[in-house]
Amino acid sequence: MKVRVKFRKFGAIKFVGHLDLLRYFQKAMRRADIPIAFSGGYSPHMIMSFAHPLGVGLTSEGDYFDIELTEPISSREAVERLNKVMVEGTEVVSFTAIPEEKKCAGMSIVTAADYHSSLKTGELPDDYRDLAERFFAQPEIIILKQTKRSEQMVDIKPMIYRFQGRDHGFFMSVATGSAQNLKPDLVMKAFLRSAGWPEDNMIFQYHRLETYADGADGNLIPLEKLGWEIL
Amino acid sequence: MRKLALSDEILLKIEKPARYIGNEVNSVNKDASKVDVRFCMCFPDVYEIGMSHLGIQILYDMFNRREDTWCERVYSPWTDLDQIMRREKIPLFALESQEPLKCFDFLGITIQYEMCYTNVLQILDLGRIPLLARQRQEDDPIVIGGGPCTYNPEPLADFFDLFYIGEGETVYYQLLDAYKDNKKCGGSRREFLELAAGIEGIYVPSFYDVDYYEDGTISSFTPNNAHAGERIKKQAVIDVSRTYYPEKPVVPFIKATQDRVVLEIQRGCIRGCRFCQAGMIYRPIRERDLEVLKDYAHKMVRNTGHEEISLSSLSSSDYSELKELVSFLIEEFAGKGINISLPSLRIDAFSLDVMQKVQDIRKSSLTFAPEAGSQRLRDVINKGLTEEIILDGAAQAFAGGWTKVKLYFMLGLPGETEDDIMGIAHLAEAVARRYYEIPKEQRSGKCQITASTSFFVPKPFTPFQWETMHTEEEYIAKARLVNQEFREQHNRKSLRYNWHEPDVTVLEGVFARGDRRVGQALLAAYRLGCLFDAWTEEFDNVKWMQAFADTGIDIGFYNLRQRSSAENLPWDFIDIGVSKEFLLRERENAMKEHVTPNCRIRCAGCGMGTFEGGLCIESTSQVS
Repeated sequence: MKVRVKFRKFGAIKFVGHLDLLRYFQKAMRRADIPIAFSGGYSPHMIMSFAHPLGVGLTSEGDYFDIELTEPISSREAVERLNKVMVEGTEVVSFTAIPEEKKCAGMSIVTAADYHSSLKTGELPDDYRDLAERFFAQPEIIILKQTKRSEQMVDIKPMIYRFQGRDHGFFMSVATGSAQNLKPDLVMKAFLRSAGWPEDNMIFQYHRLETYADGADGNLIPLEKLGWEIL
Repeated sequence: MRKLALSDEILLKIEKPARYIGNEVNSVNKDASKVDVRFCMCFPDVYEIGMSHLGIQILYDMFNRREDTWCERVYSPWTDLDQIMRREKIPLFALESQEPLKCFDFLGITIQYEMCYTNVLQILDLGRIPLLARQRQEDDPIVIGGGPCTYNPEPLADFFDLFYIGEGETVYYQLLDAYKDNKKCGGSRREFLELAAGIEGIYVPSFYDVDYYEDGTISSFTPNNAHAGERIKKQAVIDVSRTYYPEKPVVPFIKATQDRVVLEIQRGCIRGCRFCQAGMIYRPIRERDLEVLKDYAHKMVRNTGHEEISLSSLSSSDYSELKELVSFLIEEFAGKGINISLPSLRIDAFSLDVMQKVQDIRKSSLTFAPEAGSQRLRDVINKGLTEEIILDGAAQAFAGGWTKVKLYFMLGLPGETEDDIMGIAHLAEAVARRYYEIPKEQRSGKCQITASTSFFVPKPFTPFQWETMHTEEEYIAKARLVNQEFREQHNRKSLRYNWHEPDVTVLEGVFARGDRRVGQALLAAYRLGCLFDAWTEEFDNVKWMQAFADTGIDIGFYNLRQRSSAENLPWDFIDIGVSKEFLLRERENAMKEHVTPNCRIRCAGCGMGTFEGGLCIESTSQVS
């Protein structure tokens, strides 16, 4: 049985990198005695894959990984047992069954994610909402994208689905996943430049709100909504 | 939510920020205002190394069981953070509360190897605690040292308020109680140290004066305080099955060197290898009850979620119920995706059988530690491993499918000759030959025999504690000779030889057997910027040599000199239970190339039979 686990990551745990978080959850599975399936071979490992790794320093309330069970366990009990063995900064939100087909695996279906960015210290100028609206209204947003080998000008506008000032920060919905991927800090960088704000003294905390796949009707659908509760 | 001591900006700039955030699974948080004693435990090396240490896990659990005490942890900030903390004047903090070390009543530092000594000074320095014990004020933490290196605490004497000699389970509660009482009565730091000095196993270095003869050797070592005893008795747990052991060890976020459940199956060793300090200071052998271990295995796996269980002891094969324990572990855990790892196991039919069950033969290698290349020298060091045993073990392993063998040796052992040195290559060759005797169609390709040598450092409380060491050039010449001989071997293409650099060996020698005066060189080296000396890429021998030159401390006096058996050794005031007479007797036996049988075959009368009213069960069972 395939299962999708949704979790939150906050506080000091944001400094725990992706690979270490994977190890952390593997150990948590064992502490909670979740009947998780292992791969075969000489050094069997837990079957566990993360939808979209979160960078060091980011927090989240909408991250996912998929696992496989050897026998069913109710969603309610699994969430309860897991949260009992977690430390502050990690919390399991949901535990849902998902279709068995390979094409439903979290890693391959992610297309978008929502983020909220807020200043680590200080206050935003009063007109931040208007500036955000103006920024998003531009027909194109060109940035200089640097990779290890090259630099090129790219238009990131098509990869920004929404951008607005909200809750003393900025909300954005951006392309995420293996086909197209836009990091939220790149968006903020472009925004700061367009707003004429000083980049160096404005340091933002990024918080992932939700991770999505494409729904049948063309709308974005949160990954957990593709699963169902195990009773 | 806890506030971190370091800003986001700093944490995002440094390597592995999770080293410094605390809050790991099973770490303990308490209300600081509701405890009487705040203790900070330190392993003076980077987090991943320090978190792998069993001793701290034991004491952390033991201290935190007390409601009146909160024990936290601190490790050495890596060089990147070290520089930032100095530049931005951030005081070193404990992981749990994220509060500066200055807030603590105690700072306990475990001292596991000589090359961490500069890191000890870094901890004090960044913690804003005066480096020299005599400069500390009433509100500074009491700095305690413990661990194997403190069996000769003298090189560190100036930097510590007290040393705890031996196993922590016995008198630490007594020490904490004394501290609490003294605090309640408004007693001073000095009054506490006097109370501490009255507890068996506690050594307060400032309560002793050392005088020297003109030739530099010690003329007298005498207490200068009425509370300090002449001799300090090593502490050892009598019943290791009914003592403190953590059911919920702390589980690090980042991968530590030991990222597994550790079951300590026994303490002490029956083998009596003459070079081995652990084999002497941890006497007598004490086995942990099989049922107790089974229970711990279950609880610790459940509480940590670790995917591996490892047995810990000096020589696991000597544990009398090893077969039962190992079959239990395999039966209970191997099917649940939990690995079983069995270090320090003698290679024989049983261990090969077990290893075939628990590891991937294609990837793993078998390890032998003959320690010396010739039978003659193995007899000198009392390493009861014969060439026949090694070759038989290797043959069985090859038949079982293994192709990789590792061999560990030491160079510079007492009485070593050129033949002994070249014997290392010959033994490796003999192992390879054994492989190629297998018919071609039954073996899978080439074998790989890797021999490694380290240079022998004579340690206190061993039969070789009086022996001389050698110069760096002499060590290099020895390694070259081995290397040359390897090239002469018929199967040289299947042989590999590695050796360690000798510069660290020289320093280890000075600090292993040094007296109080060498502390000056240590301080000078730290001031020159030496840190993380156990890390090859950080070690700076030029600065160290400068430190010795600047302080006028002669390395030759400590390393290049045969000590007479009448000499007052810096560590003579410690009573480890093993007598000096025994060590001298063993030294004689070494010179005569006489092997002393292990404790179970025949009691060698080391002294543990009468220590603490007969702590050694092996010897009493011999007598009856």
